Parts: sequence; C-alpha cells; structure tokens
Amino acid sequence: MTTTVSTPSSIIPEPRRPWLATPRQRAEVFAVIFIAAIIDISLVAITPLKGKLAYLGLFLIIYPALDYLVVRAQRGKSAGSDALFRALVNFSMAIALLPIVSILWTVWSRGHKGLHWNLFTQDMHSASVTDPVLTHGGLIHAVIGSILIVVAALVVAVPLGLLTAIYLTEIQGKFTRPIKFLVQSMSGVPSIVAGLFILAAIVYPVTKTFNGFEGSLALAILMIPTIARTAEEVLLLIPHDLRETGLALGGTQWRTVQKIILPAARSGLVTAMILGVARVAGETAPIVLLTGGGDTTNWNLFNGPMGTLPFYIWKGFGAGTDESFQRAWTGILVLLVVVLVLFALARFLGGRRNSK
Amino acid sequence: MPPIQVRGAKISLMSQTVLNSALPAKREITTKPRLSDRIFRSVVTSGGLSSLVILGLIFIFLLYQGYNTLHSQGIHFLTGSNWNAALNDSGSLDLKNSQFGIAAMLIGTLVCSTIAIIISVPISVMTALFLNFYAPDRIKKFMVTVVDLMAAFPSILYGIWGFFVLMPSAVYIAKLLHLYFGWIPFFKMEAPVFDRSPFIAGIILAIMIIPIVTSISREIFSQTPLDRVQAAYALGATRLGMIKAVAFPYARGGIIGSAMLGLGRAMGETVAVYTVLNIVYQVNWHVLLGAGGNIASMILLKFGEAGPDEVKALMAAGLVLFVATLIVNSLANIIVRRTSKGGK
Repeated sequence: MTTTVSTPSSIIPEPRRPWLATPRQRAEVFAVIFIAAIIDISLVAITPLKGKLAYLGLFLIIYPALDYLVVRAQRGKSAGSDALFRALVNFSMAIALLPIVSILWTVWSRGHKGLHWNLFTQDMHSASVTDPVLTHGGLIHAVIGSILIVVAALVVAVPLGLLTAIYLTEIQGKFTRPIKFLVQSMSGVPSIVAGLFILAAIVYPVTKTFNGFEGSLALAILMIPTIARTAEEVLLLIPHDLRETGLALGGTQWRTVQKIILPAARSGLVTAMILGVARVAGETAPIVLLTGGGDTTNWNLFNGPMGTLPFYIWKGFGAGTDESFQRAWTGILVLLVVVLVLFALARFLGGRRNSK
Repeated sequence: MPPIQVRGAKISLMSQTVLNSALPAKREITTKPRLSDRIFRSVVTSGGLSSLVILGLIFIFLLYQGYNTLHSQGIHFLTGSNWNAALNDSGSLDLKNSQFGIAAMLIGTLVCSTIAIIISVPISVMTALFLNFYAPDRIKKFMVTVVDLMAAFPSILYGIWGFFVLMPSAVYIAKLLHLYFGWIPFFKMEAPVFDRSPFIAGIILAIMIIPIVTSISREIFSQTPLDRVQAAYALGATRLGMIKAVAFPYARGGIIGSAMLGLGRAMGETVAVYTVLNIVYQVNWHVLLGAGGNIASMILLKFGEAGPDEVKALMAAGLVLFVATLIVNSLANIIVRRTSKGGK
C-alpha cells in the first residue's frame, strides 16, 4: 500500500530570491533617475549651459547627489555614501567607454565613404590631394609598405625578444632581475626616441638616405619589449614537470627547450608576435622620421622612400583638403580594421591556451 | 682503467682484461654542460642582454650626436626658452650664436602630462574598482577586453579623432572653466583662442593613458587578500567601507606606480599631441590658451624644417626626453613591483 504524502501547497514556501531587487526598489531607482532627468532638463533650460555635453555633465552630478539623498533618508548615512560611490564608479566606467564608442563610430561613419576597390589596386603616384577620392588613387603602396616594414621588424625583433624570454625563464642566470627591469623600462621608450636613435646611429653616419628598413629597425626597438614580456608570461605557464622530464630523459637543456618547451608554448609565442605587430602597426612618429614616405609602390626595403599606412593617414591629414581628409579617414578605417583583427586573433589564441 | 668507484668504495669485479673487453668505455659523469648547452646558454644570454645593449646604444648615440649642442649651450639647454638656429656665412650652423633651450617645451610636457594625470587617474582607479568589485562576471570580461583594445589603438587615431570630434566639446568645457574659474591663474586668458590648447592635448593624453592606468590598478586591486575583503563584509562594512578600509590601503602604492607609468607614456607621446596642439615655442602656463607643445612633438615639428646640424640639437632634446621617461618608468616599475609582490 502506498500513501502519497501530499503536502498542502500553502506549506511549501514559494522559492524566493532575496538578493534580487523587489519591484518597489526597482521603481524607486527608476523614480530617482526620472527625477534626476527632469531636474537636468530644467536646469539646462534656465541656465546658460547648452548642448548634449551640458545634459550629460549635469546628469553626472545630479543623479549621484539625488541618489545619495534618497538612500540616506531611507537607510542612513553610510548606506548613502555607499550609494553615492557606486553611482560614481558606474559613471567612471561609462566615461572610460565613451571615447572608444565615439572613436569606433566616427571612424566607421567618416571612413566608409571612401571605401572602394581602387583602394587596393592603385597607389597615389598619379593622384593629387584634390582629386576625387572614389576614382583616383588608393593605398596599395601603403599596405605593401606597412607589411614589408612590419615583417622586417618582426625578423629583427622576434629572435631578440624570444631569446630574452628564454633567458628569463629557462636560464635564470645572475642577470635575470636586471634584464627583467630593463625590458620593462624599454617598453616605456617613446617612439620618437627610437626614431631619433636610428637617425643618429644609422642614417647620419652610414646610409645618409631614408629607406624602409630603417623604419623597421625603429619599430623593432618598440616591439622587443612587448614580445619579450608576453613570451615570458607564456613560458612561465609551461609546467615545470616538462622541463624536468626533458632533462631526465637525458636531453640537454638546448634539446629540452627546442623539442619540448617551445613546441608546447607555440600558440602563446604566436600571440606574442601578434601583439608585437599590433603594437607597432600604427606607430607614426618613427615612420615619419625615417621612411621618407613615398606615393608609389616600392617593393625594395633597402632603397628609396616607402609609404606606409600611418604615413598615408599622416599625409592626408596634413594636406588639409576635403578629399585628403577623406583619404585619411579611410586610411584610419583600414588601419583600425587591421588592429582589430590582430587583437581578436591574439585573444583567440590566448583564450585557447588558457582553456587547455 | 682503475677499479669502479661506488660511493668511495673501490670494487673490482673481474680482472681488468675481461672488464675491458666486456664493457664499453666508462662514461664520464660530470655536471659540466655539454658543448651544445654551452653554446645555447651563451647565445641566449647574449640575446637576453639585447635590451641592455639597445638602451645603452640609444644613450650613447644620442649623446654623441647631441654633444656639441649640449657642450656649447651648457645649462641653458635646460633652462633657456629660445630656439634659434643661427647660420654663418657658409650656410652651416653657427653654434656660438644660436640658442637652443628646451625649457619652454619641458614646461609644456609637464603641463600636458599633469593635466592628463589629473583627469585620468580618478577615472581609471574608479573604473578598476568597478571591474573588480562591482561588475558582474560577464560584463567584467567584456569590459576588460574593451579596455585592453583601447590600449592597442594607434596614437594617430587618437590624435585625429581628438582634432575633429573631441575638440568642439573640449572647447566648450574650456570656455566654462574660463567663465567660472577664470580667477585661477592657470585658467586666465589673454586672447580668446580656445582651440588647440594644452588643456585639450591633456584630455587626449588622459584618454590614451586611461587603459594603462586602469589595467595595472585593476591587477593590483585583484590581488587584495580575499580573507580581508570578506572579513570587512562580515563586520558589516558596506562596499565603500570595504574599499576604504581594505582595498585602497592595499593598492595605494600600486596606484601611484600605475599613474607614473601613465605619466611616462604621456610625456613621450608625439603624434597625438602634434595633431591636437598648436605648437608655439614659448612658455605657456595658461592651459586654456591655444599655444604650447611638448618635447616629442617639438622634435617632430622642427625635424621637417631643420638642417642636419639643427637635427643634432633635436637629438640632444631627444636625449633629455629619453632620460626623463626612463627615470619615471623605472621608478614606476619599482613601486608597482614592490606593491604587487610583497603586499602589506
């Protein structure tokens, strides 16, 4: 015989979620926002302040103040200041986000008007600053130049950055602490100083002309710390067991690093390179100092001026006509897409590594 | 071949002749690295020292090229505010009669980067607090990515965006500041030129260093000992109370360090400042007035019109910038490292 124990539904309490705001609390929050908005609008109406900025700025002051007063009246002084601080912290995040939203929107809305297929088939040698954007000229020379210069910079910077990272994680000799410190300091070297250094060390005493490779060397200086620091972090994530295993199997340290450590860290090391490229892809100051910035396609890194994306933007901005501004915005759009793709790629590889 | 040694005891197993024929030659046991490892180590070590070599070379070459200028100008190079390249009859630079003093630009650098720090540090620290203690997990991940992305934007993008988009809004704020706080000496205006002022350059620099300061202070806030955070909540602290009593004291040094890293970046920024600021070679303490400059942007500006001799003076200026940023960055790194490792 089975008896079903049926409990009256009145005994089982409804599942409650006390951490959620009650409808009343929510209504209060909206009421505060609403009242703050009304005060905001009326203040803009009666004072000489004007424009979107005035609405925003005043709201950033009025809402926290009102929130403070309401919460303080309800729950006391310390709850009030907590609410005030929470409002300020939220607003700070919003303010920090504002520029990036504005930048993405501006670059797209101004840049997409200049997009066309000529962009990637023509260079600027026959187009003047007043020629219409959609029919004359393109930035293929800048894309080719940028790729060549960045790849050459990679060729210089990757061995040095990687060796630094291997020294810091595998050898750990007596220079470890000073080198760590120097790499960190090196990442703060201003880009213009890197450009001046190449000017002082190579252009004036040796070559006396500008070419693409000099730009690569300056970019490599900026790239090394990024690569070294990221690669060091990646190599530190490799479990120590792997190193011991390699040595226990009778491998020398060189074979252990070559056959075990580096393959294990491969995707992370690729991330380090991508981040290095992203760091220098848009560098303008050393490029302006060193590469000469040509308008024709130049495949030779060691001879003649070389155009790059940052220089294309720089020149378009400097020329000052409507058409050249349009070219600059379109150039920025292309550069931004490149940076975004590199960044997403680095995230993707980095994320895959962490999830393993 | 001598008898085999096992922990000091001599053991002779068989007659020497049998042993020699049965076993391969004894392997030499040593802790000395093999040749391949010795090569590996020396290559890696010399590669590891590349940062030292590069930093040293930068210093040496800039000093070498700038030495004549520094020598002829002496201390006036740092204290003077004139930049006149006098030419002699043959058209080359006459060092005796030319004046190179970078004080105006040093002050300009100081003014711009101070404005940037004043604006960015509160916003960044609050943002870091939001990311650590307020944001839900999903929003936090997304925001961290966005902030990192901001750090990857090239400076010319910030510069041109600042010129076309930010400038009108910033001029509006500048006019308000002048209207209500004009009695403060810094906000005085002799001529109503609000465009392209150090104030606007400072705002752009602030936006550029927000991601740096935010991500470093976020990292330091995230190392706040969890037991202390929970102890504060258990004692009935509000979130603000916890931050004031636990998180902030713990992270104070790191915040100072991250602000200094931001300062180092702001001091060396070239293209963004060049784009936004109206570079005029004069000492300008009035931050709202559209004239100013910093060392890096001045170098870029003068480079276009300078002959090879004047460029050497620019290299001396670059040397000053290099040393200044290196000092600021090193101090910042020391402070950050001390905070994030030791704790209190």
